[in-house]
Amino acid sequence: MSRSLTRKIVLPLLGLLAVLAVWTAISHAVARDFPSPYRTWMESRRYVLEPFFKDGEMNQGIGRLAVYSLVRVGIGFLLTLAIGTPLGFLLGLSRAFHQAFDPIIQFLRPISPLAWLPLGLVIFQKSEPAAVFTIALCAMWPTVINTAVGVRSISPDHLNVGRVLRLSRFKMLTKIIVPASLPYVFTGYRLSLGLAWLVIVASEMLTGTPGVGGFLWQEYNSLVYSHILLSVITIGAIGFALDRLMGLVEARVRAA
Amino acid sequence: MAYLEVRGLTKSYTTRRAVAHVLGGVDLTLDEGEFVGIVGYSGSGKTALISLLAGLLRPDAGTIVLDGAPVVEPGPERGIVFQQYSLLPWMSVYENVALAVDAVNPGMPGGERRRITEELIALVNLSGAAWKRPRELSGGMRQRVAVARGLATRPKLLLMDEPFSALDALTRATLQDELLRIWSERRSTVILVTNDVDEAILLADRIYPLTPGPGAVLGPPIEVTLPRPRGRRHMSLSPAYQKARQGLVEFLRACRRGQA
Ligand SMILES: Nc1ncnc2c1ncn2[C@@H]1O[C@H](COP(=O)(O)OP(=O)(O)OP(=O)(O)O)[C@@H](O)[C@H]1O
Ligand SMILES: [Mg+2]
Repeated sequence: MSRSLTRKIVLPLLGLLAVLAVWTAISHAVARDFPSPYRTWMESRRYVLEPFFKDGEMNQGIGRLAVYSLVRVGIGFLLTLAIGTPLGFLLGLSRAFHQAFDPIIQFLRPISPLAWLPLGLVIFQKSEPAAVFTIALCAMWPTVINTAVGVRSISPDHLNVGRVLRLSRFKMLTKIIVPASLPYVFTGYRLSLGLAWLVIVASEMLTGTPGVGGFLWQEYNSLVYSHILLSVITIGAIGFALDRLMGLVEARVRAA
Repeated sequence: MAYLEVRGLTKSYTTRRAVAHVLGGVDLTLDEGEFVGIVGYSGSGKTALISLLAGLLRPDAGTIVLDGAPVVEPGPERGIVFQQYSLLPWMSVYENVALAVDAVNPGMPGGERRRITEELIALVNLSGAAWKRPRELSGGMRQRVAVARGLATRPKLLLMDEPFSALDALTRATLQDELLRIWSERRSTVILVTNDVDEAILLADRIYPLTPGPGAVLGPPIEVTLPRPRGRRHMSLSPAYQKARQGLVEFLRACRRGQA
């Protein structure tokens, strides 16, 4: 086996072992209620091995719960793209638009999802649209800001090509501005998707809707702590997978 | 009135710290079908002058009239080959050229436009690379595409801003020969800006030295009496070449000395 391969596989495995060791130590020495890796696995086995079973609204395999969360994130993320992308282009293209809305965006950006959710519930009266609303509002900003930066950093030489040819506004947009800023746009998409996944867990916990986050909160209330760990690991794994997926898409766009 | 009339063109750049007077009153007259060279040191304002002629920059004072129409904005009747690679990297060679062909021939049937595009690509010997992206091309190939794109609008005036200065000597010579061939086929009106005296002599009918800035102006023109068709073989032995070269180099040196 080559040296680099050893490093790529063996070192991460060692890291994982170290974390499991610390986890075990904590569960034995510090907090007895905190389940060890072994107990977590024994109590979660069914949820993982039969990921799509359904015994009741809140007792379902982890795969089924993950699908609920993913669908919700998917809808929220699509909404984010649909609103955030044109907003970003407007912000990058128009000085007036930038001056009018940039302060508001900078003001809205740091507001936590926990603050938006109750407002969503007030507006929509139902938890499902409230969750989607919260995701869209929180996850939108990286897309908006990266798109605007992408538009503003287009090389003047490339814009000059369009000016010399007197391209129409539409052709200028489709042939030069959009393709030139695409790598930035997709970086924004990747960051937005990460945020959307962060927000979904919080919003499910608050509204108690079925999904990985809702399951986590319910199992905390039912004192089944091993399932909290199962949920946490699932959330991490899916977040990691989503990021990798968008990373691949982003790399393809950059290479194109 | 001449085909191209440039009168009293001045340009300064104002930055936060200082005002840089780049051009101090450039006059230039061209007839249709002429190939004119402008030679100047780096930083003397060659790109500024080309950008003004293209309409990409507005002059502080002065006028540019091309074929009876004042130049106030960029347009496809003034083709330009930029100093740096300005090909759109997300488009293939074909698409880069087609963008220009399509822009000036909106009503033309697609087949006809395709034919023109393919012809231009063949003109610069890139038919085999038509579907490659700029990043897959060598520097010389990229500048060939830029030349094809510059010609694609059948411009009244083709502006070239040191098109070959980023290339190695061998490739530069090849592209100069190709430009010579293309120009003899098409007889477009060309202004070629360069810092290579030999390049200017090989290609141009007439060469203006651009004095080193600040406040650069064009010096007295030097006619190149070398007969066409020209070739680089034995060129340096001809008295016409030696006369042109000596005139240019001496003028530019004298400007430098006067400045120092
Ligand atoms: N946008 C700008 N703002 C301020 N100064 C500028 C700007 N562009 C160019 N200059 C200055 O104007 C002068 C002329 O620049 P220009 O690019 O026209 O030179 P050049 O002759 O094309 O040089 P080179 O041979 O290196 O391309 C230079 O001194 C440069 O520093
Ligand atoms: Mg220059």
